[in-house]
Amino acid sequence: MKQLTYRQMGLSDEEFQQVETILGREPNYLETGMFAVMWSEHCGYKNSRPLLKMFPTEGSQVIQGPGENAGVVNIGDGQALVFKIESHNHPCAIEPYQGAATGVGGIVRDIFTMGARPIALLNSLRFGDLEDARVRQLFRGVVAGIAGYGNCLGIPTVGGEVYFHPSYQDNPLVNAMCVGLVDQDEIALAVANEVGSLLMLVGAKTGRDGIHGATFASEELSESSAERRPAVQVGDPFMEKLLIEACLELIKEDLVAGMQDLGAAGLTSSIAETASKKGLGVMVDVLKVPRREEGMTPYEIMLSESQERMLIVPRPGKEARIAEVFDKWGLDAVVIGKVTADGMFKIYEGEILAGEVPVEALTDGCPVYVRQGEEPPHYKEAQAYDIDSLPRYDLQEALLKLLASPNITSKKWVYRQYDYQVMTNTTVIPGHGDAAVLRIKNTLKGVAFTTDCSSRMVYLDPYRGGMLAVCEAARNLACCGARPLALTNCLNFGNPEKPYIYWQMQNAIQGMADAARALNTPVVSGNVSLYNESRSAQVFPTPVVGMVGVLDDVSKRCEMSFQNEGDIIVLLGRVRTELGGSEYLAVCHQIEAGEVPQPDLHEEVQIIEMLLELCARGLIKSAHDISEGGLAVTLAESAIQGGLGFETDLPAAADQASQILFSEAPSRAVVSLAPENLDAVKEMASRYQLPWTVLGKVGGRRLVISEGNHELIDLDLEQAGHTWGEALACIMK
Amino acid sequence: MKFGIVVFPGSNCDADCYHVMKHVAHQNVEYIWHKQDDIKDFDALILPGGFSYGDYLRTGAIASFSPIMPAVIDFARRGGPIIGICNGFQILLEAGLLPGAMLRNRSLTFICDTVNLRVNRTDTMFTNQYVQDQVLQVPIAHGEGNYYCDNETLKRLQDKQQILFTYCDADGRETAEVNPNGSVSNIAGIINERGNVMGMMPHPERCSEPILGSNDGLDIFLSIIEWRQGVGMR
Repeated sequence: MKQLTYRQMGLSDEEFQQVETILGREPNYLETGMFAVMWSEHCGYKNSRPLLKMFPTEGSQVIQGPGENAGVVNIGDGQALVFKIESHNHPCAIEPYQGAATGVGGIVRDIFTMGARPIALLNSLRFGDLEDARVRQLFRGVVAGIAGYGNCLGIPTVGGEVYFHPSYQDNPLVNAMCVGLVDQDEIALAVANEVGSLLMLVGAKTGRDGIHGATFASEELSESSAERRPAVQVGDPFMEKLLIEACLELIKEDLVAGMQDLGAAGLTSSIAETASKKGLGVMVDVLKVPRREEGMTPYEIMLSESQERMLIVPRPGKEARIAEVFDKWGLDAVVIGKVTADGMFKIYEGEILAGEVPVEALTDGCPVYVRQGEEPPHYKEAQAYDIDSLPRYDLQEALLKLLASPNITSKKWVYRQYDYQVMTNTTVIPGHGDAAVLRIKNTLKGVAFTTDCSSRMVYLDPYRGGMLAVCEAARNLACCGARPLALTNCLNFGNPEKPYIYWQMQNAIQGMADAARALNTPVVSGNVSLYNESRSAQVFPTPVVGMVGVLDDVSKRCEMSFQNEGDIIVLLGRVRTELGGSEYLAVCHQIEAGEVPQPDLHEEVQIIEMLLELCARGLIKSAHDISEGGLAVTLAESAIQGGLGFETDLPAAADQASQILFSEAPSRAVVSLAPENLDAVKEMASRYQLPWTVLGKVGGRRLVISEGNHELIDLDLEQAGHTWGEALACIMK
Repeated sequence: MKFGIVVFPGSNCDADCYHVMKHVAHQNVEYIWHKQDDIKDFDALILPGGFSYGDYLRTGAIASFSPIMPAVIDFARRGGPIIGICNGFQILLEAGLLPGAMLRNRSLTFICDTVNLRVNRTDTMFTNQYVQDQVLQVPIAHGEGNYYCDNETLKRLQDKQQILFTYCDADGRETAEVNPNGSVSNIAGIINERGNVMGMMPHPERCSEPILGSNDGLDIFLSIIEWRQGVGMR
């Protein structure tokens, strides 16, 4: 085997030697390719596995933690949510539409593979500076790709987040999350099969697309990455829709022993995982695989990442009925192999044995690297930044600038392209609440979903930033009245072989783990995307949190918009002044530094519990958490979405108005309530040991913020609404 | 009353329509798989939204050649009520049951939003529960909802009062600014001359329960039930 070949496939010299030791001989081309994809970071988690062990994964609400296609949590009434988030970053950098579309397709397959009906899609997107035409093209393409695929499937895209920062210029992040609903007695766990079981392949024909996609995802982007376009797959949402309906029908009729979607590393990965769970072997004949093109080699067939394919292990004797169901949906299912007892993965091309490797060597045999992290020099420098040295900035101008900042402005230009209402469950639609809320038909319940990560905070302080991401997600759910249950995450980082990057990973993961433990939101699934680098930069460390929650009574849900003139506006939580890492510093002062606000996990638990009680008892009309842009932006958004102004008075604090208005410190929310409920709310706050401040009243057509007799901000509601509502659409015109 | 919901491969609003008919309007309702060719015992048909056959070639084009379609056309000839919603409307156009065609939205993007619709006639089997010129809030979700027809067809639609729903502002005015997709004359929904086949781009099944923000759409379905109980299809 030529050094050049296995290196191109992504194996190191040491790893290749390891393969030789396992096999007791030199692997052939096919075998080398199989090891290369299975041992890639994308499939094998070889750099991240030791770090992932830090996450809490258990809790009474958890039905299935990490290790399956997706995590599962109990939502009562014998029902469960199945959910996971996954990246498709590298394909989107090269071919945004198809990259994003197939990212959606992949995560949806993970969900229905578990027997769940997909009920919602979310996403988390990061792009470079929108001033750059190429970035706008990537952004436009990714949004269109998500829309094109998700809309066709009839799964509503109900929430998400979009951020812009130059560190993502050439390496956008595209993370897609899917949530499914399942009756607990119909959860299908991957493949418990017996010797002699057949392997059926169904769905699209296998082509040459996406070969070595998993490997491609596990290296840095470079000038030559565009040549990797064949490594990007092409999606067919119509085929996926048929697969969803057919596969869910199979599970309803209890016809399958196991089901596995074909994702990264295609047949190689899905077959290996099928067998490895029980220490079994497997044989497959590549000539049985329906192919799109003539002359495909066993290597190409085994590594193809053609989309919309599923591997089915039928219950014995049910093969004919399965074929009938697929026929109804116009799908071809073919038997391509069977489960054996010898622990070997044997690939035949007709009669000829094209390769054989021990199944376990591909999966559990993947090498694991514990690396040494090193604190980057920018960390201490950024921490030491002296906020007091800031020049003055007009507060009203600052607020307008923030409302127009792409990171804060309304994302309507994006979500208007997504069908967020299909399935008729969406009760809090995008832009109206801190999370999406869906009802569950035939119950009183609701479920809520959100994705969050303030990556600038993670960059400045990975440990605190990781905590903040988890806290914000949980607070967003609580603002809608939903109890946070569990989370999934997508860990987007640079090259882990670089000590600074590894240090970021270690600390961010530790921070997320500590917060998840404190908030009782265990990690039940996730995905790691490393090597997010290009010639221009490493991306900001971006560990995205996707969280789900439940409302016992969906009629108690809460939105962010002010509802009635004369309602009292209350800040729950402390008046805080830390500006480190804020959007205000970045937008108004071009500074990305400062000490990241310290999260207090006890306080976070208290405010979440209090928000839940406020919603459940119907004491508040609106709730909106304080995050990007701080208190001022939170107030403005509640006003704009409610079509009502406000008059507020800041607590006197000598010369600290800009800090109070724009600090993004956590564990705080702005609520509005009828005057007669104020006493009850104050009483509750003291019970939860939470500070509160009456800020003022809802009403009028102006956004007024004063400090004593001194007016700091006085903005026309229409003007603020126009600035916030149209900025993104204007840029994208 | 027995409603049939025609399911094509790629339909994705079929379950939403089923839910409204069964659990909100409390009617008898069944799915009709597109490979069936007999629909004798149904009183009304719904062609739901979605992406039939992936909308490859042209929206609704392949579905209009589906095995079920001759029976649907026959049902229409016999005077049976048929509603086509979104992709269902596109299929009715392709099948020639309604005049005109769909172009891509003027913005060239998919649009999901809630719009105002004006009810232009209340003497039909689909609108008898509304008042004349009532303004409804109804969601839209489509990439190709830009209704087009030639001037002659438009004049005929106007003369015969076949333009049932138009995009309007909150006060019922049909302005260019509130036309979401570029449709000719702000057309959102039309009816055939005989008055038993109706197609509309907006989704009434998405606004048939208060929990979804509006139940303005429910009266379309209730109108059919009312009509059936009154004059009836004998």
